[in-house]
Amino acid sequence: MHPFSYTLASDEPTARRIVAADPGAAFIAGGTTLVDLMKLNVERPSQLVDITRLPLATIEELPDGGVRIGAMARNSDLAHHALIQARYPVLSQALLAGASPQLRNMATTGGNILQRTRCWYFRDTATPCNKREPGSGCSAVHGENRMHAVLGTSDHCIATHPSDMCVALAALGATVRLHGPSGDRAVPFANFHRLPEAHPEQESVLQRGEMIAAVDIPRVPFATRSLYLKVRDRRSYAFALASAAVALDIRGGTIREARVALGGVATKPWRSLAAEQALAGKLAGSDAYHAAAVAALDGAVARAHNAFKVDLAKRTLMRALARAAAIT
Amino acid sequence: MIGDPINRVDGRLKVTGGAVYSAEWPIANIAYGVIVQSTVARARITAIDTEKARAVPGVVAVYTADNAPKLPQKGMPAMTPPSGRILSLLQDRVVRYNGEPIALVVADTFEQATHAASLVRAQYETQTPVADMQAALPSAYPYSPKINGSSPPATKRGDLGAGMAAAYARIDQTYTAPIETHNSMEPHNTTAQWSGDQLTLYDSTQFVYGVKRFVAKIFALPEDNVRVVSHFTGGAFGSKGSAWSHVVLAAMAARELSRPVKVVLTRKQMFGLVGARPATVQHLVVGARKDGTLTAIQHHSISSTSMLEEWVEPVTLATRLMYECPNQETGHDIVRLNVGTPTFNRGPGESSGIFGLESAMDELAAQLHLDPIDLRLRNYAERDPESGHEWSSKSLRECYRRGAEQFGWSRRKAEPRSVRDGSSLVGMGMASCTYPARRAPASAVARVMPDGMIVVQAATHELGTGTYTIMTQIAADALGIPTERVRFELGDTLFPENPISAGSLTAQSSGTAVHLAATALHDKIAMMGGDISSVQAAQSFVAHNGSAPIEARADAKTGDEQREFSMHSFGAVFAEVRVDESLGTVQLARMLGAYGVGRIINAKTARSQMIGGMIYGLGMTMFEHTVIDPRSGRYLNADLAEYHVAVNADVPEIDVIFVEERDPHTNPLGTKGIGEIGCVGVTAAVANAVYNATGVRIRDLPITLDKVMRAG
Repeated sequence: MHPFSYTLASDEPTARRIVAADPGAAFIAGGTTLVDLMKLNVERPSQLVDITRLPLATIEELPDGGVRIGAMARNSDLAHHALIQARYPVLSQALLAGASPQLRNMATTGGNILQRTRCWYFRDTATPCNKREPGSGCSAVHGENRMHAVLGTSDHCIATHPSDMCVALAALGATVRLHGPSGDRAVPFANFHRLPEAHPEQESVLQRGEMIAAVDIPRVPFATRSLYLKVRDRRSYAFALASAAVALDIRGGTIREARVALGGVATKPWRSLAAEQALAGKLAGSDAYHAAAVAALDGAVARAHNAFKVDLAKRTLMRALARAAAIT
Repeated sequence: MIGDPINRVDGRLKVTGGAVYSAEWPIANIAYGVIVQSTVARARITAIDTEKARAVPGVVAVYTADNAPKLPQKGMPAMTPPSGRILSLLQDRVVRYNGEPIALVVADTFEQATHAASLVRAQYETQTPVADMQAALPSAYPYSPKINGSSPPATKRGDLGAGMAAAYARIDQTYTAPIETHNSMEPHNTTAQWSGDQLTLYDSTQFVYGVKRFVAKIFALPEDNVRVVSHFTGGAFGSKGSAWSHVVLAAMAARELSRPVKVVLTRKQMFGLVGARPATVQHLVVGARKDGTLTAIQHHSISSTSMLEEWVEPVTLATRLMYECPNQETGHDIVRLNVGTPTFNRGPGESSGIFGLESAMDELAAQLHLDPIDLRLRNYAERDPESGHEWSSKSLRECYRRGAEQFGWSRRKAEPRSVRDGSSLVGMGMASCTYPARRAPASAVARVMPDGMIVVQAATHELGTGTYTIMTQIAADALGIPTERVRFELGDTLFPENPISAGSLTAQSSGTAVHLAATALHDKIAMMGGDISSVQAAQSFVAHNGSAPIEARADAKTGDEQREFSMHSFGAVFAEVRVDESLGTVQLARMLGAYGVGRIINAKTARSQMIGGMIYGLGMTMFEHTVIDPRSGRYLNADLAEYHVAVNADVPEIDVIFVEERDPHTNPLGTKGIGEIGCVGVTAAVANAVYNATGVRIRDLPITLDKVMRAG
């Protein structure tokens, strides 16, 4: 770990000013990704600005019936919040499927959105990685890539986005609220993370000095019929091989509207509008789920060891949809 | 007394933090050593730049091959594993695996040393490493020395060709498993402190005397100049049976600096530097008559080793004795890879070998439409088929019977895919297991102290297995006093010598020494007309006999019984799995092991030991896989998030049956050792259950969902 200075931020503008002015500075919240990567020398900030004391941990109802989640709300608090459990079970389930209780007690909402990949080449400074060292090459494309992505990849990067929470937020059509030097802005969740393309080191639209202040989830009445299904190598404390966040609006046996997002298989939290369209207006049942699964994985690119993920993701999605439909 | 399920005598110390582990000794003026590792697998170091590292505040020294003290015989005194390993001690510039130690940074704090270590830069003249087991198989060659110092590397009995010709059914399959890294909870660590030419090592180890001898030899010191202390070891599983590079590097730096030096490995450094179970490729050819009688078994194994040592995984030893089979051939090849040196890993040989043998037996049972237990009973070995000796004890028949009964084996449907529950297919499988009942010389001393306590000492080890507890019980039993009056001390080479705590040796060897020492003390007191039945009586007994402790010592050795009998533990493991038909996920629903493992010293710690072993076996079966990049030899999943061991959520109800046994020949206590056998057989029982559930035969560990999906 490289030496760094530490500042406990007392107010948000000061915190943002420090980070905006110093290219070596980074915000630290729960630290569950950052400190881990600092120990590996993958992240080497010279200055940490601790924002956990900022008053950004509130979870509150919005006038339109949505919910605003403060960036500093802990994963465990969010997962067990009554509003979330009642209106967005998929989000609560996704959070509880992730990490361990100890990590969830530390990890924050904003930090989880900025969680970095678990690609083992990214985490090892002795191997080339375009995300860590732009232009050095991707070790995973022709390497050990059983855990890697099949959607949203490029020849420059096939690293999987590891978050469970983000898959639910993608399905729910959340908005990320940013505070920054040139003012506040709201970014639709689908636009927040970037595809790797030729620049896998650019993971989101966040600018230097900008801070995630909150996440808004819109009112999605049918999200009471939603769930998160995660398939992994062991039954706890493992990253997803494939996961699905789904919500279904079923009336009289017909799907009026659907939400579908996938995790564990894509380079960013992967909402599939194509799958949602394949479901809309169809009779709830295996034909529709299968069509959605085919649509969701359309364009998937498999590598030497992760071809199983294409089928696994389809089957995971179909199972999730069937289970969601069975919710009474 | 013996057999009672008493609580661990060190339980309170452990849960209150009072148990002092090796890295926790409060030593003044300590410096911290951090190992710098190579980033290539096969190379010569052409230059190593330590300037930036030396400039870090607090850094005391940076040792590389350029400036490290030259050790006698380049640090390679003639010793054979596990008492001596070929280590990486900065004596040359050759790199033989990715992550090999190439420098040691010593600083006032661990953080300074860690940071400085990251600034050391080496330049290499590299060669393409050999890191892909499959690709390297053609380079396999026979392992020729005796295995474990006693077993021939290859065997032949009868006429294999004739046996195969007489076969009605025939299985010809290959079973594989990857490198598995032990991952004890406590990382390896050593603190070295010199006083003149006297060295004390506080080491996390399974073998204090082994470390003492080896380190003395490395530094060309008289053995008695080295003392090794290890009161508690936080798990080991074989990986702490040898002194690895960090032990010598700590001692080397401490001597150079005239200052105590502590080296604690990181989790990442536990992949490669301190051993692992090697990868195995086993080929089994099994022939049987229509009635299931075996006519021939050919079992050939190839296991990986490093460029440093010829280490063999003794995969086929269990096959030689498991079943009555007149025609048999076994053998072991090894393949050299640019990876870290392998070592013992719980149930070494048997854990891998039984996966192959007991999977093949299940395949044979399916082919012959025989119940798997029935097939095994038809080939039951009434005496050791290899040596012809009688068993010292064997209750395997009873293990099958009682295990099957309690598990509900009769409910198993022979036809795969017969049982469905929702989206899951449900199946049952079983496997036999075995492990040698080994014993080695051990000594102990027992004393009545002036305060009335009985103190017993033996330089054995507490790995979390319950050694403190069972030795206390054994001594109290021999003396006829409550366990509270006995204090057992271990893990110090100032105490009488004991063997490595591995190979299920401890209860047999050290237990016998403690039993004999306590018995000798008991007899001595009786001869002196003394009485220690109460604390007061013991106090006055010592006071009336000169006030010095009254002591008795025992040196326990094996005798002719070792040549006259074949000594092994046996058992039967049963597993039920639920396999999601669509997703391929395998969930263990329940597991039961029935064992004949000799006399049980403590029913509670023994049960824990068996359950722990079975869970260890579950890890090997379903999760563990050291992922190494075949291009670079880099260890990729070197942390506990990506290297999966079983977590609580993976572990269902596990049941253990101990079939009553008191072996009349192994030792005076009648024990056979229980450290390993629990993890043997789980692999095949689960794989066989997956087959019974799905009709899919997985012959490559671990059993992950992609393999089930692909085959399904």
